[in-house]
Amino acid sequence: MPASMSAPNSSFDPVEVTALHPDEVQRMRDEALAAVAAAPDLDALKEVRLAHAGDRSPLALANREIGALPPAAKADAGKRVGDARTAVRAALEGRQQVLEAERDSRVLVEEAVDVTLPWDREPRGARHPLTTIVERITEVFVGLGYEVADGPEVEAEWLNFDALNIGPDHPARTMQDTFYVESPDSGLVLRTHTSPVQARVMLEKREPPIYVICPGRTFRTDELDATHTPVFSQVEGLVVDEGITMAHLKGTLDHFASSMFGDGIVTRLRPSYFPFTEPSAEVDLECFVCRGASVGNPDRPCRTCSSEGWIEWGGCGMVNPRVLVACGIDPHRYTGFAFGMGIERTLMFRHGVQDMRDMVEGDIRFTLPFGMEV
Amino acid sequence: MRVPVSWLREYAALPDALSPRELAAGLLRAGLEVETVHEVGVDLTGPLVVGRVLDYVEEPQSNGKTIRWCQVDVGAPEPQGIVCGARNFPVGAPVVVALPGSVLPGGFAIAARRTYGHVSDGMICSVRELGIGEEHDGILVLSDADLRGARTGDDARPVLGLPDAVLDIAVTPDRGYCLSVRGVAREAATAFGVPFRDPADREEPAADGPGWPVRLDDPTGCDRFVARTVRGIDPAAESPLWLRTRLTLAGMRPISLPVDITNYVMLELGHPIHGYDADRLSGPIVVRRAAAGETLETLDGTRRTLDADDLLITDASGPIGVAGVMGGASTELHEGTTDVVVEAAHFNPPVIARAARRHKLPSEASRRFERGVDDGLAPAAADRVVELLVTLAGGTAEPGGTDVDLRAPGVPVRLDLTYPSRLAGFEIAASEVVTRLEAVGCAVQARDDNQADVTPPSWRPDLTDPADLVEEVLRLHGYEAIPSALPRVPATSGTSLPQRHTVAVSRALAGAGYVEVLSYPFMGEAAFDHLGLPADDGRRRALRLANPLSDTEPLLRTTLLPGLLAAARRNVGRGFPDLALFETGRVFQPADGPRPAMPRPAVDRRPSDGELAALDAALPDQPVHLAVVLTGDAERAGWWGAGRAATWADAVEAARIAAGSVDVPVRVRAAQVAPWHPGRCAELVLGEPGSEVVVGYAGELHPRVCAALELPPRTCAMELSLRDLVGFAEPVDQAPAVSTFPLATQDVALVVDAAVPAAEVDAALRAGAGPLLEDLRLFDVYTGAQVGAGRKSLAFTLRLRAPDRTLTAEEASAARAAAVAEAAARVGAVQRTG
Repeated sequence: MPASMSAPNSSFDPVEVTALHPDEVQRMRDEALAAVAAAPDLDALKEVRLAHAGDRSPLALANREIGALPPAAKADAGKRVGDARTAVRAALEGRQQVLEAERDSRVLVEEAVDVTLPWDREPRGARHPLTTIVERITEVFVGLGYEVADGPEVEAEWLNFDALNIGPDHPARTMQDTFYVESPDSGLVLRTHTSPVQARVMLEKREPPIYVICPGRTFRTDELDATHTPVFSQVEGLVVDEGITMAHLKGTLDHFASSMFGDGIVTRLRPSYFPFTEPSAEVDLECFVCRGASVGNPDRPCRTCSSEGWIEWGGCGMVNPRVLVACGIDPHRYTGFAFGMGIERTLMFRHGVQDMRDMVEGDIRFTLPFGMEV
Repeated sequence: MRVPVSWLREYAALPDALSPRELAAGLLRAGLEVETVHEVGVDLTGPLVVGRVLDYVEEPQSNGKTIRWCQVDVGAPEPQGIVCGARNFPVGAPVVVALPGSVLPGGFAIAARRTYGHVSDGMICSVRELGIGEEHDGILVLSDADLRGARTGDDARPVLGLPDAVLDIAVTPDRGYCLSVRGVAREAATAFGVPFRDPADREEPAADGPGWPVRLDDPTGCDRFVARTVRGIDPAAESPLWLRTRLTLAGMRPISLPVDITNYVMLELGHPIHGYDADRLSGPIVVRRAAAGETLETLDGTRRTLDADDLLITDASGPIGVAGVMGGASTELHEGTTDVVVEAAHFNPPVIARAARRHKLPSEASRRFERGVDDGLAPAAADRVVELLVTLAGGTAEPGGTDVDLRAPGVPVRLDLTYPSRLAGFEIAASEVVTRLEAVGCAVQARDDNQADVTPPSWRPDLTDPADLVEEVLRLHGYEAIPSALPRVPATSGTSLPQRHTVAVSRALAGAGYVEVLSYPFMGEAAFDHLGLPADDGRRRALRLANPLSDTEPLLRTTLLPGLLAAARRNVGRGFPDLALFETGRVFQPADGPRPAMPRPAVDRRPSDGELAALDAALPDQPVHLAVVLTGDAERAGWWGAGRAATWADAVEAARIAAGSVDVPVRVRAAQVAPWHPGRCAELVLGEPGSEVVVGYAGELHPRVCAALELPPRTCAMELSLRDLVGFAEPVDQAPAVSTFPLATQDVALVVDAAVPAAEVDAALRAGAGPLLEDLRLFDVYTGAQVGAGRKSLAFTLRLRAPDRTLTAEEASAARAAAVAEAAARVGAVQRTG
């Protein structure tokens, strides 16, 4: 116990304690506040805190003297000292904040760096836009409730052709420029389209409803040039259910078009021929760049659609009942539709790709800008 | 099929105001793909007149050329002096003269100009200069008949049939009848609702008279044969300008008058015609299949060995033609032919398709027969040829002719009249269905049960099923009327787990700095050699294409590396030495030994399960692989300091990134497999010992491989079976219990023989430490004097934690001691002290 401390006043004698005199408390308070205000930096303030708010500070010592006062005087003195200590703590806190802010602004300025320095230490990666656009398309159809189907790339001729109403002597068979696997009677081809996956799904599932999307690689004997490639990708849709109509086909294609190319973009069907669909149609996409404004308007030519207003997109139709029969589906109970689009072509007009070769050469300058999503 | 619009207008009464482009748009809506509209003569302006050469003087020039200085009557009081470089015209010949002020196609402006010492006042034109043909070996010399009443000085355009337009139509295989002006005119008339005049609608003589004797021995291959004979044609007669021009515009080359006539009729009616020199035919014509060993010299001068499936036209001398494909040389029309036998026959489409493919002889005739020719057309087509041989070549038609007709009667298609509405998704009245089908040419016999028997016209052999008829109804109604509606899709699971996992792997690698590449799957044997694969390596067992694009790449890849390494080399060559590339794709792995036979099930029913299983069994295995290649720096040098070269460890890490993204633990062992460096190759192992699967390899490539492929030294690569990897992923990951009790760490340094793999020490410590071990991390590898030669020290941190309490120091030490004891037992590890 410090020697200067007065003894407890239990006898209620009116003892005069100098340190608790109002003038004295006021003096200690003023001294403390002046010291706080005068502290030039955080280190000085730390010393001030120790001297005027620490355990051995005059106000702390005075506080201990309160016990020496007669009970009647205790409350008064306690309030006096408490107010003084609160004021000092508040002043310290305020000064601390001011000095910290000063320090921060000074030190952080000193620590500043050139944030424009390049940081390409870790190279970036990217996914091929053909991969990501297939995922994008898949997502559109999964959103509608479709499943995703897949099939082999080396395929049985029977599934690539015969099951799809393309008999051995059908003109479409020569039309398709097929890669055959040796020997010639192997019955194996590199699939010329994703349509054999349709047949596989029907054969596997046996009973509709069938709602599938089949993306995949396909092959035809075209030499690589700016607009052709022997290896290309297609996405194929197949729906077989009770009461499926061509209106459902059109609605699905319109949904696909607006999901991929913008709200309100629609498709147009033109009569055509595919052995595996009947009736068949070509699908044209409304030009998503000019929306037809370039047609007959030489002042506003459109490169995307060559000022035609429409872009050839793919083929479609109602599943030929002969295909349903070959795949074991009752054509009297079920109808269906199918459609197919070229992915490279879609990528070309959607993203302005000028040369097919850019998609196959693997030059990182082509792929990197596409990042992770298209 | 190229169709001159002027020709079309002869049979479809199209409005005069209809432009070629509007016509094309209408045909497009009806399902005829008009690819281009080529307008002829529209860029030919100014005075283009009929002229007549009155006289000329030939003037040899110092450059060795001889020009003609011509005096040409162009209807003016004085003849026009014109210099002409060609010499293929006689005095008095009518010609086409472009007078000064005219502009020829290509912006070629004609003006009076001084040349070869004269002022040439215009130009005498060739067909190429006029834009109506390709010939340029002389000027266009007209006959008086070509003038069709035009006189000297008159506008030459009507004489030339200009202006005109040519529609180039890509005819789909079902529309064989549109490989003719007749067929396209019918479509045009229907599309625009105007009258159609059928050019086949002729009053040919009854063909029961005495014609050339014909016998059909194979009614399947040939069910109709019409023969007509024309005698006494003038061998010197030439094709008139209008005939030559139409052939040229339709894309055929004029040859001689009789040949041009047969081609003209084929284009007009769609029926291929063959002409024989009657003097060279011996005996009756017999149509039959070839016998073994028979040969025929076709009119292209090639002697061909015939196949038993070939359908032949023969006479007493033997084969004289491959039916519907190409005639024989011995009986062909020639310069001196005066008597012609005209053949108009109907052949079976698959028979002709096979023969044309077998002999690699696709021709205008086979193209039409393959797609199906109107089997009612033969008499009219033959008669049209006879007519033209008489009027243009001065021949005399023999009375009568031969018509052997063995056709089976057509079978009507039973159509439910509500079927079009049900398939289209909107209401089409039964009455409209009937009207539309009749417009197509069908005979519709209504029945009382809302059904109808529909007999398609002879020119529509493609209409065999009710669905075919629906397309006809719908396309004439207009596809634009089809409403837009979404079907109600039942709930499905969307993408499958392996599909999502494959995407996850791709995203993880791209996120780790790899750029995706998609290579072709074609490769050659040389690539296996470059990779240094041993002769018995399974990856050399590849499928071979029968018709590869390149003879050097006839194989289908069994590994992704050749394509990926080629992409790396290409990028390095283009100035990108620091690369990290990845690829996912199928490889093709035929089984060892003979391939099972491929079945060819029928298509009128579902194949049996056995047939389906046999189909799949005959296919090669085609797993999806993942591969990466790294070269140069994995981290670049920069202002921050030095770069870090990509190493074998990055290649192994790529496998861990892939496996980690689908939460499959991958174990690694040393291996020696091409094309990797034998001391820097890791085998990638999934699954527990006992049921483990080696899914791939990673590491640094062998120096010889880098050299052979011209890749930078120390290029690294990884390849694994992505199918196997995603197959190991758990369908549902179990969430871990996260303990909030404090961590206890224990470090330990173990000295082992230098040959002991770190992975084995790691495995031993894990096994020994027991369930308190949360994680184990190797943080240092030391070799040197302090541990002795042939030894190494591996320093690990054990992270220990209990799920339910704070570990005591004793518990932590005990776990560490147990771990060390296990390492000592398994790999002889000694704890390093000091």
